[in-house]
Amino acid sequence: MVKAKDDFINLGHGSGGKLSAELLGEVFLPAFKNTILNHLDDSAVFEHHDGKLAFTTDTYVIDPIFFKGGDIGRLAVCGTVNDLAMSGATPKYLSVAFLIESGFPIKDLERIVASMAEAAHEAGVKIVTGDTKVVEAGSADKIFINTAGVGFIDEGINISSSQAKVKDLVIVSGSIGDHGISIMSEREGLHFETDIASDCAPLGGLVKKMLAASKNIKVLRDPTRGGVATVLSEIAAKSNVGICLEEANIPIKDQVKGACELLGLDPLYVANEGKLLAIVPKSDAKAVLEAMRTTIEGRDAAIIGEVVETPKKKVFMRTPFGTARLIDLLVGEQLPRIC
Amino acid sequence: MCLAVPGKITQIKELDIAEVEVNGVKMEIGLHLIGGAKAGDYVLVHAGYAISIVDEESAKETQEFLKEIEELEASLKLAFSDETHR
Amino acid sequence: MKHIDEYRRPDSIKGLVAKINEISTKPATIMEVCGTHTVSISKNGLRQLLPRTISLISGPGCPVCVTGGSDIDTAIAYAQQKDVILATFGDMMKVPGSYQSLGDAKASGADVQVVYSTLDALDLAVKNPDKKVIFYGVGFETTAPTVALSILEAKRRGLKNYFVYSVHKVVPPAVAALISLGELKLDGFLCPGHVSAIIGSRPYEFIARDHGIPCVIAGFEPADILMAIYLIVKQVEESSPKVEIAYGRGVKEEGSQRALEVMDKVFETAPGDWRGIGVIDGTALAIRGEYGDFDITKVMSVEVPEAREIKGCECGEILRGVKLPFECKLFGKACTPRNPVGPCMVSSEGSCAAYYRYEGMGILNDG
Repeated sequence: MVKAKDDFINLGHGSGGKLSAELLGEVFLPAFKNTILNHLDDSAVFEHHDGKLAFTTDTYVIDPIFFKGGDIGRLAVCGTVNDLAMSGATPKYLSVAFLIESGFPIKDLERIVASMAEAAHEAGVKIVTGDTKVVEAGSADKIFINTAGVGFIDEGINISSSQAKVKDLVIVSGSIGDHGISIMSEREGLHFETDIASDCAPLGGLVKKMLAASKNIKVLRDPTRGGVATVLSEIAAKSNVGICLEEANIPIKDQVKGACELLGLDPLYVANEGKLLAIVPKSDAKAVLEAMRTTIEGRDAAIIGEVVETPKKKVFMRTPFGTARLIDLLVGEQLPRIC
Repeated sequence: MCLAVPGKITQIKELDIAEVEVNGVKMEIGLHLIGGAKAGDYVLVHAGYAISIVDEESAKETQEFLKEIEELEASLKLAFSDETHR
Repeated sequence: MKHIDEYRRPDSIKGLVAKINEISTKPATIMEVCGTHTVSISKNGLRQLLPRTISLISGPGCPVCVTGGSDIDTAIAYAQQKDVILATFGDMMKVPGSYQSLGDAKASGADVQVVYSTLDALDLAVKNPDKKVIFYGVGFETTAPTVALSILEAKRRGLKNYFVYSVHKVVPPAVAALISLGELKLDGFLCPGHVSAIIGSRPYEFIARDHGIPCVIAGFEPADILMAIYLIVKQVEESSPKVEIAYGRGVKEEGSQRALEVMDKVFETAPGDWRGIGVIDGTALAIRGEYGDFDITKVMSVEVPEAREIKGCECGEILRGVKLPFECKLFGKACTPRNPVGPCMVSSEGSCAAYYRYEGMGILNDG
């Protein structure tokens, strides 16, 4: 344990001196330990096979930092792991950089770090290098985390948002909107309660199963900020096709529906952190769907639409009444509304 | 111009404050603007307040009207195949 | 969801459409006064189901849209004062004033907080005794009582740091003004369900009686709206204009006495500035003198930059129903939800936003 007088992070913990070493030795190393990290050299050094590498980075800020179903640490691991997985890569190594506001409780940091270690274990990745900076109180909001990740791509896999073709089918891996609604229910100033937990989860395992079922998967995306609507709009634009969704087939949990009614939100635009959208040739869709349903992350997977010729670069949805409506990109953050 | 959602009062907490449930989502709301609501009633919730008690009698009438229309539509469908409207 | 799902059944929708088709012979232009109706019509694609005899046009019932630009500028000026928290509904955050929106002001450091209810705004005042919490109240008769009530509550609890900036408006006189402008030939009004939950059906009677225009109060689910349209068409065909309630589960003829009393206790009517229509007597709700301690306009004065007209924006014509969103030169070109020029494109229930988002400039109707 870090000594009692240091129950809170102070500027010294980011100085590179004794306190930094203590933090590394007592908080980070025990949680993340692995043969590459343990060298503590300036760079992580690792082997890789021939072929393509995937490399990505993202920075995580969230309020509140602990929420039902996860915390900022789990989010920071899963988010980057999922970005790698969405390019068809097997996620392998992560870097992690903390930016911490002075005065942040060390026990909260320990909790976050433990959760990152657990998520990394679930995802089968190693955290191999990292950094910590501390800023004065007020210069940052509690804690920000950046992770970068490297993954290996197997031969024959070619996934990109520009490859959707007419007649391909759109699959979602499970119910949508869980993360966003869970977070919103815990924000100050919004007094509603749900049992909905964030779906925050690493999807590398799910993707592996899907790719084993079909190497012809064209597009994989995780609908995080902006939700399903925004990601599908991007795919439609990049692939120069239309996407037609079937409203009745989109899996949405009852409580997510209820919260969306109350707050005037559209679940299609609410964020997810443990879901993916796949665009798959019709011929392979059944096999992919079945493979997905054998996993925990994909057990509620469903075919929700298909790629169509026109209107190009647009997503639209068939309602149960046989009418259609357009699905546009999200503009800014969705806010609860009363009218 | 105004969203309001039917929620079921699960509990009257204190004078003019109640807990309502909408599809399993719980929310505390004000009853200040309506009179005589009790647990089990559905109320229309707008901006954190109940603005009216749902009239079950009237809701039933509307539903019966809709049922009739559905049945009429179903019988028409049988009569004229499925080309009932454009 | 009880009392929602029953009104979304595809078979009911089909049946109602068939009924409307069966009786409609005369062309009828129906105005949905309320923005929430506009959104529901667009989102559910109801226009695609109606016969060509019926056209639906949107009216002035989006409180965000009809709020004058200078009112938003004033709210921003309050938000920028020292030791002020400006609380408001999420709806208002992205609406452009003359120079910026509340969202922009927040990003540059003003303390603007989104609340779902005035109960939350009162909590903010309790939790921040060293700050002035100003609730920026926008909305029609549905929302105004909740804001009036917060003033009564603040008084009861002895809160000295809770204030309201009220730009609330009332609907029936605005509809009267719209009719007397004489720009439109309207055959029916789809009247707002939740405003009517408060005011009842009587305030619309003059429309049917003096102007011969059918009025039907409607709920917001697709079957509710089609049922109301059916009743309007029936009145049109039978030439028997009257006020009917097609939303009996939520609306009583007499409205809500309790809410009306609360509203009347705190507010008095004053001339109201409607974007696109102008000043209409008796349409604004100003805080009565005896509650002046809670009226921020009486307690704090701010300098508001001179309001600026938005060039080429036809929100005014659109709010009056004279033009459809597609007919504005800026629509879908200079003005999109991503780069909104006027409020009708910003507000979630603005008619331009609803037409653009859900109906996509007619793309879907071609197919």
